[in-house]
Amino acid sequence: MSVAGAATIPSGEAQNGAAEAIHVENLHKKFGELHVLKGVSLSARDGEVIAIIGGSGSGKSTLLRCINCLENPTSGIIRVNGEEIKLKADSHGHTVPADRRQIERIRSKLGMVFQNFNLWSHMTLIENVIEVPVHVLGVRRDEAVAQAEKLLARVGLAEKRDVYPAYLSGGQQQRAAIARALAINPRVMLFDEPTSALDPELVGEVLKVIGDLAREGRTMVLVTHEMKFAREVATHVVYLYNGLVEEEGPPEQIFGAPKSERLKQFIRNIG
Amino acid sequence: MVGLLHSLEIAVGATIVGLVIGTWGAYGKLYGGPVVRDLFAVYTTVVRAVPELVLILLLYYAGTDLINQVLTAMGYQRVDISGLVAGIAVLGFVQGAYSTEVIRGAILAIPQGQIEAARAYGMSPGLLLRRITLPAMLPFAIPGLANLWLIATKDTALLAVVGFSELTLATRQAAGVTKAYLVFFLAAGVLYLCVTLVSNFLLGRAEKWARRGMPSIKDA
Repeated sequence: MSVAGAATIPSGEAQNGAAEAIHVENLHKKFGELHVLKGVSLSARDGEVIAIIGGSGSGKSTLLRCINCLENPTSGIIRVNGEEIKLKADSHGHTVPADRRQIERIRSKLGMVFQNFNLWSHMTLIENVIEVPVHVLGVRRDEAVAQAEKLLARVGLAEKRDVYPAYLSGGQQQRAAIARALAINPRVMLFDEPTSALDPELVGEVLKVIGDLAREGRTMVLVTHEMKFAREVATHVVYLYNGLVEEEGPPEQIFGAPKSERLKQFIRNIG
Repeated sequence: MVGLLHSLEIAVGATIVGLVIGTWGAYGKLYGGPVVRDLFAVYTTVVRAVPELVLILLLYYAGTDLINQVLTAMGYQRVDISGLVAGIAVLGFVQGAYSTEVIRGAILAIPQGQIEAARAYGMSPGLLLRRITLPAMLPFAIPGLANLWLIATKDTALLAVVGFSELTLATRQAAGVTKAYLVFFLAAGVLYLCVTLVSNFLLGRAEKWARRGMPSIKDA
């Protein structure tokens, strides 16, 4: 599970017996001249909750977005479910997915939750939640609706099923977005700063939902600024600095006894 | 009355052709490669630069001639292209250029996060267009497209110059025969007005439906 050791551990063979859901190895990402990720490795086994922390511009969101190829990595290896994402160079020398269908298949197993919720504004909550199961995964509509109702009830939005997102608070929208992610029965949940766009008094309700998911053993990769929350729910914390993993380990170690000077300072500053 | 019917037929046909061209054009301009983008840029620039009357004359006479030349060269019989088909094709071609820009603007107005979310959940490009992009851009496009529709209903009058018997030409002929110019042209004016009023009502309903997920800005 350590960064340096990632390359030497045969993929899919777990240290703790659980299969490896996400494996990232030596990932580089450049935006033109800007080198955002400079060789990052990451691994998430089934049931693990990986929290990625770091300052603004450290590359943590980019790393998350490379996992489902919302950003195309410049180089490196990404395996989801043991399946390596095939990449190729296009005519401009940019790295792009070699097989669109493979990307679409992999993406439909990863439940992404965005900072700005990104619910589809022309659909009610229930329509948002059944959209992907019905149209991408081919689930029967009545089954999808029944499941979506359960999921909305679970995030406390059962009575809002026929409401359009614009009429809801940020916290409600984000909980609905989590229900939408759960509806695809994802192998891994990806959270991209899920509470950063929320008013402070709404953060708690969203964190509670995410925390419940963590406690029931969902595999998650979570980019967050909520250090207290990361400490509570994460099984493994990765601190990114300037496009590299500066330090990583169990939360007690990262927050209780940080080794790196930068991490110490980061934790002090964020309080 | 037959003239009005012809006018409406052409306007509806041209608008549909225009919307199809416009959707492809907008997509091509936004997501296409350099060649596709340049081609659509030339198309929208040229069509919007040349007066419509000139385009109609050009495309009607040159277009039918070209098709017949191609047909004869390939060893087929010359065909007589009906005024209706030619009218729809010519006006549709013109409408397409304007629709391209209206739809392109509307797609740009969609919060990009919604498109990103659709990609993140594994939607294919076709599904993304059908389920997310088109419905999400509609509220932004309808006012502009409504303009284009009303212009299309009146542009049909330009087809009088190529001898197609739409409302204006039919009116002139009737007026010329009876010498009751005022009555007939007033009647034609009223008919155009009726078309506009009915259109406004229907488009208002359509816009309300398309904006179903958006709170009224009055309450904001």
